[in-house]
Amino acid sequence: MLKFVVPLIAFGLLVGVFIKGLDPERDIKKLPSPFLGKEAPHFDLPRLKVPNERISNQAYDGEVAIVNFWATWCVGCRQEHGFLMELSRTSDVPIYGIDWRDQREPALQWLSQLGDPYVASGFDADSVTGINWGVYGAPETFLIGKDGRVLLKHLGPLSRDAWENDFLPAIAAAEGDQP
Amino acid sequence: MSRLFLGVICLLVGWSVWAIDTGRAFEDDEMQARYVEIISEVRCVQCQNQTIKDSNVQIASDLRREIRRLLSEGKTNAQVFEFLVQRYGDFVLYRPPMSGFSLLLWIAPGLFLLFGGIVAARVISKRMTMPLDVDDDEIHQVES
Repeated sequence: MLKFVVPLIAFGLLVGVFIKGLDPERDIKKLPSPFLGKEAPHFDLPRLKVPNERISNQAYDGEVAIVNFWATWCVGCRQEHGFLMELSRTSDVPIYGIDWRDQREPALQWLSQLGDPYVASGFDADSVTGINWGVYGAPETFLIGKDGRVLLKHLGPLSRDAWENDFLPAIAAAEGDQP
Repeated sequence: MSRLFLGVICLLVGWSVWAIDTGRAFEDDEMQARYVEIISEVRCVQCQNQTIKDSNVQIASDLRREIRRLLSEGKTNAQVFEFLVQRYGDFVLYRPPMSGFSLLLWIAPGLFLLFGGIVAARVISKRMTMPLDVDDDEIHQVES
């Protein structure tokens, strides 16, 4: 009996590994963020719209917030922009933007033409904050908990699908926790 | 024809001139050597089959700039790698450390060999205690 059960279990395990490895849904180019569950990196940037004011992690201290890295050269950012606009109207979670490796003029023009979904945007022209946050391709969206920890990271345009399946449950769980 | 061929060769050979940061990063030979060593060990996170030394993608040049800054601040190579791993994970290293999941990958062949060896040894020892197959003709020969 054992003679058949052991190889069968081993075979089953291998099949499991292969199914996971070959999953067409899995994008091997997407890197998991090493910051998940850890405190989000500190940042302190000039604001996009008000260059002589600064914005830092303190802007969302003690509340659940979304930090979205975007840029005007980024096609995916244009793609998700409409959905961010919708979220800014319908969701209670504040969205903070970080204009990443961009120029101020086109960025301001972008916001005035397409609308500004952000409570405020930081201006990270030389990607110091981007690197500190492990950003490697815009758009990237982080969900930050009340204690400042990174709860989620989404690569690529934020879709309704990702919002409903990943963000909403995580937000509900985070809001439930007392700060 | 051969001229065209030569032209194409020249173009291909000259292509590397387009790589950016061609100038030296550091005056000091030792620092420059360390810098080159580090950037040859770091994977470009966007163009994932290149080192940041060979990539002219913007993020690679940003990372090179950060590495130059860290080195000029007097950080050790280990500290520079730690800086990168903290932000991008083990994936940025072309030689990831032998820990966690990668440790499993390293020892898996040994485990397979050990497991196979045990199975083989058991099968062989079982076979050795079994009576030899004797066919009917031989039995008849012995009887007669």
